[in-house]
Amino acid sequence: MRSNQVAVVGAAETTELGVIPNASQLQLHADAALNAIADAGLKLSDIDGFATAVETPQQVCHYLGIKPTWVDGTSVGGCSFMLHVRHAAAAIEAGLCKTVLITHAESGKSMIGKAPRSIPVDSLQGQFEAPFGVYGPPSMFPIPVLRFMKTYGITHEQLASVAVVQREWAAKNPRAMMKDPITVADVLNSRMIAYPFRLLQCCLVTDGGGALILTSADRARDFPRKPVYIMGTGESVETPMVSQMETFNSSRAFKTAGPLAFKEAGITHGDVDHLMIYDAFAHLPLFGLGDLGFMPHEETGKFIADGNTRPGGKLPLNTNGGGLSYMHSGMYGMYALQESVRQMRGIAPAQLPNAKISVCHGVGGMFAASGTIVFTNER
Amino acid sequence: MAEPQRARPKPTPETQHFWDGTKAGELRLQRCDACAHVYFPPRPFCPSCASRKVSAFKASGKGFLYSYVINHRPAAPGFTPPYAIAVVELAEGPRMMSNIIDCPQTPEALELDMKLEVAFEKLDDAITLPVFRPAKG
Repeated sequence: MRSNQVAVVGAAETTELGVIPNASQLQLHADAALNAIADAGLKLSDIDGFATAVETPQQVCHYLGIKPTWVDGTSVGGCSFMLHVRHAAAAIEAGLCKTVLITHAESGKSMIGKAPRSIPVDSLQGQFEAPFGVYGPPSMFPIPVLRFMKTYGITHEQLASVAVVQREWAAKNPRAMMKDPITVADVLNSRMIAYPFRLLQCCLVTDGGGALILTSADRARDFPRKPVYIMGTGESVETPMVSQMETFNSSRAFKTAGPLAFKEAGITHGDVDHLMIYDAFAHLPLFGLGDLGFMPHEETGKFIADGNTRPGGKLPLNTNGGGLSYMHSGMYGMYALQESVRQMRGIAPAQLPNAKISVCHGVGGMFAASGTIVFTNER
Repeated sequence: MAEPQRARPKPTPETQHFWDGTKAGELRLQRCDACAHVYFPPRPFCPSCASRKVSAFKASGKGFLYSYVINHRPAAPGFTPPYAIAVVELAEGPRMMSNIIDCPQTPEALELDMKLEVAFEKLDDAITLPVFRPAKG
């Protein structure tokens, strides 16, 4: 795909984030979509392409009254929306549609109109993981951590500092769920969830949603908001079973998606002004920094603990507070994308001065899938 | 009221030989007859070279502790926290998720790379689970 041929021209989250007891999951999709459509100055009838995950395109299109000529129901977990952006950009370039709406919403906390996730007993996960006591992401996602720590000499304190630094960013964000400062000691004394991870190293569980609108870069100039161009994209999947990853020392999906996006964008790591790495749990930024090639994995823990990713640091990371402190409805990728777009538009609560390139890296499942988008505000 | 039950696997045609094996006290892996690749979980073709000529064989049952968590909450039905969810690397190469028995469920006792050997835990007449214990000697 060619760089900067497609742009984000509409972006919005649900009107409320956090605990939303008065709306179903489907209505949260609609709320985010209507906000994004208003942001772009469009009408619903202008949308001719649609993508979403978990809910089906037919469900959301019918509810909103959208009549699409292109749909994408890719549903690979929390990075599905990065993949939607990639697929939408290709579809717009190919002329399959002109204006794509991507929605995410999840009643992750209130569980209104949301089917519970379940693992079929005759699936491979149901046969070869579920019987051994895995029960939701906190019992599965951290399984690689101890091996990763041993291989690279990462300490518990360094992993705790991930949560501390992200709370510093969240403190600048009025919409963040958790804003009170925390220390490494606070993290290491918080309730044990799944050793080695404690409560403050695990993501929040909230309600919310978000939506993006993409169109061709040539049309984007006529929209009210500053266009944010799709500069590079990458995607991959590995395995739905965390136990079957090729190695616990890195993520194959990360190592495939990230470099694809950098190559397509034609950038090097020194060009990156702003970075989002989906942080469902505290180890993900370490995997991400290493697998995306910012530094050897050995250096990632020290890099974060030394303050390089905090406000004022040389590589601002997860500037909305991340899944650990901002919000996490279950599929956080959409919120990471929203923050990249805000930073590129120049309207983020913790806005970085002169940021021109933002890399947004997502994970789906427990390292099962990955999508990376490079954004820029210059064409 | 019955106690909540541990998740019970339901074999498929492709995995039945594995569950027949555990019931008979064997840990069965598969090896590709064409390229000798040993793999898990079960499937009737080689995920490395795509050959459909593959054979099941009895694995040594030996391995080492590759990684784990000690789950505190929420606990899965049928489990009393804290309990370790482990990934074992088998001597033949593949890794599998399991539990560690005959060992305190603590970071001090559960040392990465410790040697393990397979044991079998009968759930019911149809299903026996492969679990691991610290290797003797």
